Amino acid sequence: MPRRSSLDSLSQVLARIFLLLAVATALLLLVGLFLKSRPILMRVSLWELFSGDSWRPLRGEFGFFPFILSTVVVTLIALLLAVPPCLLAAVYLSEYSSRRLQQSFRPILEVLAAIPSVIYGLWGVLIIVPLTRTVGGWLGHANSGYTLIAGGMVLAIMVVPFIISLSMEVLLAVPAEARLTALALGCTRWETTRHVVVRHAQRGFFAAVLLGFSRAFGETIAVMMVIGNVAKTPRSLFDPAYTLPALIANNYGEMMSIPLYDSAIMLAALILMVIIIAVNLIAHRILGKLEIR
Amino acid sequence: MNRRNEEKLAIGLMRLSLYGVVLILAAIMAVIVVKGFSAMSWSMITQTPKGGFYLGKEGGVANAIVGSIYLAGGATFLSLLISVPLAFALQKEYSSGRLTYYSRLALDVLWGTPSIVYGAFGFIIMMMIGLRSSLLAGIITLALLVTPIMTRAMEEIIRMAPQELKETACALGLTRLESSSTVILRQTIGGLLTAVMLAFSRAIGDAASILFTAGFSDHMPGSLLDPVASLPLAVFFQISTPIVEVQQRAYASALILFIIVLLLSLLSRWIYLKFSQNVIK
Amino acid sequence: MAIQIRNLSVRYGAHQALRDVSVDLPVGKITAVIGPSGCGKTTFLKCLNRLIDLQEGVQVSGRVLVDNEDIYAPQADLLALRKKIGFLPQRPFPLPMSIYDNITFAPRIHRLSEAELLSHINGLTTAVAQSGNGEVKPIGRHLDEKTKWNLLVENYLRLAGLWEELRGRLHEPAARLSVGQQQRLALARALAIEPSVILADEPTSALDPISARLIEGQFKLLKDKYTLAVVTHILRQARRIADHVLFFYMGELVESAPAEQFFNHPQHQRTAAYLSGEIS
Repeated sequence: MPRRSSLDSLSQVLARIFLLLAVATALLLLVGLFLKSRPILMRVSLWELFSGDSWRPLRGEFGFFPFILSTVVVTLIALLLAVPPCLLAAVYLSEYSSRRLQQSFRPILEVLAAIPSVIYGLWGVLIIVPLTRTVGGWLGHANSGYTLIAGGMVLAIMVVPFIISLSMEVLLAVPAEARLTALALGCTRWETTRHVVVRHAQRGFFAAVLLGFSRAFGETIAVMMVIGNVAKTPRSLFDPAYTLPALIANNYGEMMSIPLYDSAIMLAALILMVIIIAVNLIAHRILGKLEIR
Repeated sequence: MNRRNEEKLAIGLMRLSLYGVVLILAAIMAVIVVKGFSAMSWSMITQTPKGGFYLGKEGGVANAIVGSIYLAGGATFLSLLISVPLAFALQKEYSSGRLTYYSRLALDVLWGTPSIVYGAFGFIIMMMIGLRSSLLAGIITLALLVTPIMTRAMEEIIRMAPQELKETACALGLTRLESSSTVILRQTIGGLLTAVMLAFSRAIGDAASILFTAGFSDHMPGSLLDPVASLPLAVFFQISTPIVEVQQRAYASALILFIIVLLLSLLSRWIYLKFSQNVIK
Repeated sequence: MAIQIRNLSVRYGAHQALRDVSVDLPVGKITAVIGPSGCGKTTFLKCLNRLIDLQEGVQVSGRVLVDNEDIYAPQADLLALRKKIGFLPQRPFPLPMSIYDNITFAPRIHRLSEAELLSHINGLTTAVAQSGNGEVKPIGRHLDEKTKWNLLVENYLRLAGLWEELRGRLHEPAARLSVGQQQRLALARALAIEPSVILADEPTSALDPISARLIEGQFKLLKDKYTLAVVTHILRQARRIADHVLFFYMGELVESAPAEQFFNHPQHQRTAAYLSGEIS
């Protein structure tokens, strides 16, 4: 008998240790990145780093503006393209389609979410890049195809399964009584959906979009494959660009030899992480209140 | 606009969106499969790169297939050792209060952290302890990436186990530990294994985190301390070359990766059904 | 085994679920706990084996004496307590394993010795015979362990009236049973920890009328050996099975009386109103 109880107490202690481990890892990650990016933060002011648009590590110029702008714009293009059809499709699946269609859609979404980003990137190189080149040519923007808009399009497709499945969860969490009440008042299906269901789901949709944002914001390989990677502030959607994750990925290797270079790269990682954490936490707070995770 | 017409328009738009989404996704698969098959050959799967492989000469990506499996397998295993206890520790039976709150917060943070940041972080650590790009470094970095994913999936599955079952176990005089390790574990095993599969498929598809931690190699993986090839990076490197024959290989490599992910998803479904016979809904 | 409740109060945050309840549960009888829904009857029941601890944000004050030991005392041994008390939940929940393992699971966890195993089996034979569910011969110690476990399972299943239905499918997952069978299995499983008290929380509410009758019948057979407390919201069920009745209303124990007196000459106005259907 005492052995069983003491084993149980031991498990309590172990549980504590594992919980602490999670906290410690997150702290280590943040503190580690911060310490590594401190040298450059000591030398150059944040404002200069963020607003400077010249990136010449050899001359000690580290302007993050082109990267931050590219990352934000690519992400916004992706969301602009993906969110409306995704929400419409999710509403259709949850409110209008048969249970069977819903059920058969779920595994498809799961597979799509599991497809590695390098495959989306490859597809982008094969289809989106030539498409951009052609369409850009028609519009009078001669380009190589490896552009901001190509990155946005590939990214849009990547976040589709993610946003649809999250929105469907949000819609499923809308209580059935809400629908019944509206229908009983003589509303059509669509009026019920628009005035009751969507209103209930609003905050959840917002969270889904935020999570989509953070997904897109940190995506590396697929974007890097189609965006051109030119460290200059893009002037139009048909200009090549360079995102923060791509900056990190392309420069890991050589960063050791140039002063402050590694610090600048780690600062890029830190910026990325801080923005994503902030967005994520807001989204999770919202979803937590809706009891969806 | 009249009520009925508005509804018709709305339904039309929604259908259009759904079909559009499906169409694009189908197009992706079609392109990958068609392009991949036309470039596929036995030697892709069975051989390692020979001299001149990157100029379009002989060889295959067997080293990358095996390397990817080692990387993902190692990372999943490592992550399993942490995720299972952590997922149970997060349940309210073991703890509530501030520590749990902060570790949930920490997990949310880690879950959202992009893989490239793990890559950078892994790289710092490697430099600090004097480890070079290797299978081991890749496994550790990937484990960092998938542990929050696995833990969150498992935590949710365990939390969803019926309260009545927990009460029943408790009323039979079981301690928390006995209840978790027998009753709840048996109840949730199917779901827990799907979480493991999820983590494995995330690990095998990720490129950004292993770009510099695992490195790349033209040989079959040897020791834990040697660099190792992986499929996502093989695709990435092959498509980046200007030589058409090598680009063709990227298509084939991508198809192999795609098929692996697809098989994993089917396997995960099968495992779930297989292990859920005892489950009470 | 005697259970004495003294000044028991329970709060969930601001909500007072039970207010200053003091009562004794009579030994060897069926006590029905009745009252309208939300009156605190389930809370009361769950206090008796401290299953209430699993609820979040709950405060319990007062004392509950089981076998003259206060189970809310800091040094109370919860595992030992729960071994003395069997529990039947509202919705039957078979453990996620085979029918056979559902019975043997708890005894194995509690590390039943072979001698205890033997005495349980022999102790059960009379009970089984009395219950009219067939006959098992007393056995000697020469049998191997496996056979003993088999006999243990057989005895408990007989005691719960399940043996004839299930003898051929002991190794199937328990989840495949009908809900009625699951609830009787839950009873057999609860009996297998050899408790002295059985608590049941609306044990028939998820069952069809026939299975419900079977469970009621089992309770009547078991009452000689056990102290039973059954929460029910079905007045007629209480009339059928109870020897003693506790009536709760809005967290208060209104009346505690022998069934005969309770139903025919209720002492309190609210009890009379409840019995006549004026309040529910």
